[in-house]
Amino acid sequence: MAKLELSHLNKTYSPKIIPVKDVSLDVDDGEFLTLLGPSGCGKSTILRLIAGLEQPTRGEIRIDGKNVTQHSPGDRNIAMVFQSYALYPHMTVYDNMASGLKLKRVSSEEIRRRIEQVSLFLGLGNLMQRKPGQLSGGQRQRVALGRALVRQPDVFLLDEPLSNLDALLREQVRAELKQIFESQNTPVVYVTHDQTEAMTLSTKVAVLSNGDLQQLDPPRRIYTHPANRFVAGFVGSPQMNLLDLKCEGKFAILGNYKIPLPGRMTPPPEITLGVRPEHVRLAEPSDTHTLQGKVILKENLGMSDLLSVKVKGAENQTLRALLPSDRPWSAEEVTLALPPDLIHWFDVETGDRLTSENLQPVY
Amino acid sequence: MSTAQLPAEPRTQTDKSSISWRRILWITAIVLTVIFSLAPILWQVLTSFKTNADIEAVPTVYLPTRFTLQHYIEIFARRPFANYMFNSGFVAVTSTLLCLLLGTPAAYALARLRLPGERIILAIVLVVTLFPYILLFLGLLEIVRATGLANNYLALIIPYTAMNIPLTILVMRSFFQQLPRDLEDSAKVDGYSTWKMLLHILLPMTIPALVTTGILTFIASWNEFLFALTFITRESMKTIPVAVAQLSGTTVFEIPYGAQAAATVVGTLPLVVLVLLFQRRIVQGLTSGAVKG
Ligand SMILES: Nc1ncnc2c1ncn2[C@@H]1O[C@H](COP(=O)(O)OP(=O)(O)O)[C@@H](O)[C@H]1O
Ligand SMILES: [Mg+2]
Repeated sequence: MAKLELSHLNKTYSPKIIPVKDVSLDVDDGEFLTLLGPSGCGKSTILRLIAGLEQPTRGEIRIDGKNVTQHSPGDRNIAMVFQSYALYPHMTVYDNMASGLKLKRVSSEEIRRRIEQVSLFLGLGNLMQRKPGQLSGGQRQRVALGRALVRQPDVFLLDEPLSNLDALLREQVRAELKQIFESQNTPVVYVTHDQTEAMTLSTKVAVLSNGDLQQLDPPRRIYTHPANRFVAGFVGSPQMNLLDLKCEGKFAILGNYKIPLPGRMTPPPEITLGVRPEHVRLAEPSDTHTLQGKVILKENLGMSDLLSVKVKGAENQTLRALLPSDRPWSAEEVTLALPPDLIHWFDVETGDRLTSENLQPVY
Repeated sequence: MSTAQLPAEPRTQTDKSSISWRRILWITAIVLTVIFSLAPILWQVLTSFKTNADIEAVPTVYLPTRFTLQHYIEIFARRPFANYMFNSGFVAVTSTLLCLLLGTPAAYALARLRLPGERIILAIVLVVTLFPYILLFLGLLEIVRATGLANNYLALIIPYTAMNIPLTILVMRSFFQQLPRDLEDSAKVDGYSTWKMLLHILLPMTIPALVTTGILTFIASWNEFLFALTFITRESMKTIPVAVAQLSGTTVFEIPYGAQAAATVVGTLPLVVLVLLFQRRIVQGLTSGAVKG
């Protein structure tokens, strides 16, 4: 039972290296927060600040209302799972799990009870006397997880715990992680650069870029309402089409076509249009706004085809469309429709999202 | 079935013969290498067990039929070889321990703390290893004289430690660098204090590297000749290499080949035993799984 609060965290290594600029977040009991961003954007640094492995240059960390910014890692009652698992190679699985508890002077009976419970839960029962060197990658991952669980900490921290597993195992463990942490009523902070993990596991996602928080929202909303151009381009696969277009009256100009801008105020001279490939579809007779283009590339993704289309009249603009492979279309030319309610508009200069009401930045 | 298998058959045969050719080449190469490096040692061992008559016999007796322990008895009974062994052992063990004790923390600091001027310190350490040690000799001799350390174990222990510390620092530093930092962080999150972490987490993982560098230092100190010859003149404090070199007869015609061979064997044996003893430690552990391989 605890709440993790970060307020105005900043970590400055040198004037040029500022991996965390000004981050404020809350994570409540039972919440699963994912820090999502490209590698090098400061995710691990934030986690290490929470753990106390680094001291923030500015800002405060509170757990359960108590300011722990000055506490050493061992006094914060947190558990951390590292990307490399960081199991002690000279200790058995049992001792690996027990070491943190022994230091906290938990009675050996209680230690045994907790380890038994967790190892039953994770299926580690018959590995207790092995050393980490005798375990497979997946088993090591489980032990690392078990070591965190037996601690019964106030906060769980996980730094890319799945990135060392092969694709198949990763999917399986991802599902297990979801179950495990749903049963723990504790704040979880999870770091990943993999958007699928972020989307499937979290109750909240914090998208980071260059040490700045870009958006903090539930995963669904990150997908449907990206706060800016960066989030729009980073979340979603295949990547969202982002086209810089000139405006004319109440229309954005894409080649020979005019796309109506929503809202009432005077539109800017230029605007960024964003539309996800999966939302672009083949035009039907009832569609009013359609555009034609030449197919320059077709990538088969199994269930669907990813087309790269050169829109008529716009030689340097490519639109990508994800079409179900069972729908027929001519190999050369396609007529596509962009559903108006699934188009996102961004400010060309700042990248901020423009709302459909007034074409003004959200903030 | 059989038709499907047919085309495969000739290939298996050529495979087999090419493999066996390879094997023969391999074995020959191994045998030649072993002979090349071990023959002189084998010759010393044989000589140490030959009778004096066989040693001096012309034509040379390559495979003796008579064996004797006479030479060994001679070096231990008529000369204080047990004493020499102790001197060598004491000096080598002490400098090895000192080296590890001083060098390992320095290596850890250089690997982990972001020290200002770290590169300069490393460059200096490296330069020291490149310095020809003969050039140090005269200076050291003066120092030994001035401090009155002659005929004192310290006259050997201090230079041996100093000479081997750069190697210890460089080897241990690269070892610490390849240890994942996560392990130490994990220990801190678990609640280990810095000292407990060093002692309970880091040290056990470091043992293979300590043993490896320790053995290198020990061998270097055990074999050192020039300082031992010059700084120590009292008979009871001499080390093995010096003692072996000073085993000689009164004339060229009485060179005690047998005793020399026995002394060489005795002087080499501890090193061989040491390496064999720790062989498994050296290889093992370095590869055990702290992290995903
Ligand atoms: N101890 C440090 N000293 C200097 N720079 C560091 C240090 N630790 C991390 N950095 C820098 O901070 C940036 C963010 O690193 P990190 O938080 O590990 O990124 P992520 O986990 O998002 O990939 C990187 O550019 C990295 O080089
Ligand atoms: Mg990272």
